[in-house]
Amino acid sequence: MPAYFHLLAPCVGLEGWLCSVRFLFRPPLIVPVRLRIILLFGFDVSLTFQRLPISPSSLTLLDRVKLDELGLVRALQAGDEQVFSAVMDWYSGSLMRLALSFVPSRAVAEEVVQETWMGVFESIHRFERRSSFQTWLFRILTNRAKTRGIRESRYQPVGLSASLGDTDEGPSLEDSLFVTEGSRMGHWKDPPDVWEPDTPERVLLSKECRATIEQAIESLPATQRQVIILRDIEGVGSEEVCNILEISETNQRVLLHRARTRVRRELSPYIQGDNT
Amino acid sequence: MDTNLKHKLMRYMAGNFSCQEIAQLITDYLDGSLTLGDRVRFHMHLGLCFACRNYLGQMKYTIETLRQLPPDPIPQHVKEELLERFRTWKQRQPQPSVKPEIE
Repeated sequence: MPAYFHLLAPCVGLEGWLCSVRFLFRPPLIVPVRLRIILLFGFDVSLTFQRLPISPSSLTLLDRVKLDELGLVRALQAGDEQVFSAVMDWYSGSLMRLALSFVPSRAVAEEVVQETWMGVFESIHRFERRSSFQTWLFRILTNRAKTRGIRESRYQPVGLSASLGDTDEGPSLEDSLFVTEGSRMGHWKDPPDVWEPDTPERVLLSKECRATIEQAIESLPATQRQVIILRDIEGVGSEEVCNILEISETNQRVLLHRARTRVRRELSPYIQGDNT
Repeated sequence: MDTNLKHKLMRYMAGNFSCQEIAQLITDYLDGSLTLGDRVRFHMHLGLCFACRNYLGQMKYTIETLRQLPPDPIPQHVKEELLERFRTWKQRQPQPSVKPEIE
């Protein structure tokens, strides 16, 4: 029976159950499961089988870290170095990207990321899972980066105006795309060209395109940049983003919209140019 | 169709949203924060307007691309240093299973 388990599990919807990695950081438990499948023929078959220990080769540590938050937090609390290393690999790039939107230089951002990790292992015991681990992590980073950004700005007043002084006011980028007077008011001045792009994965394989997007994001005002990084790149939900950045829901949406519009505009010539 | 007539139709039949308003509401729409009425009008406009459909598709594509933007890995020396600190921290914790009092 166990030999067929991997074939059967998806059929009866047990895939998720098998992949539930809650136990992964502990010795595998033997869980007998009694399943009753009523077949079309009118008789039932009951099956008893055991949960197979998941072979370590089928999931990398990184996969487990991504899938299983409770296990992750517990492993960190227990001081598991391997897990900590994997978590660092997984999140540090994201943290770095967010940190760069608060502070003027790469070196300072690196320090902020380091401080964040220090903060993580100093306060992981107090983590109560009221928010997701990711949100908690970004929250720590934001707090440290803000403090740091203010401290840095004493020495570099230019950095302050560039990173904190933007107000995100002014007309939206879109306004230039539309007719603003006459009977055609509110219509496209020049309708957007049709894109026939590759899948995002393939587009991103090209270094040029990645650089275009990275540049577009870097050139955004700081708050827009923070919102788009969290919402679109990291995939954090809108409520959590408001919580992390301490902004209102409406404000968040306006910032996000402006940032997206800008990135779309920067991406546009690239994708069209790609096809001609 | 006469373009003027088309624009009038768009204005009065397609839920009274102009293309500009549609473009401004895209993020609200994607977030699901439009009211039911606005949502219906949004869809009505999209049904009639190729340019806006196209624009919405492009925005979605942009978001999708951003979602898959890989982060740069942190430099090795930073990571080494952090792991080192992690080890020192761990040594300072006599019993990791017991809640330490860090304040």
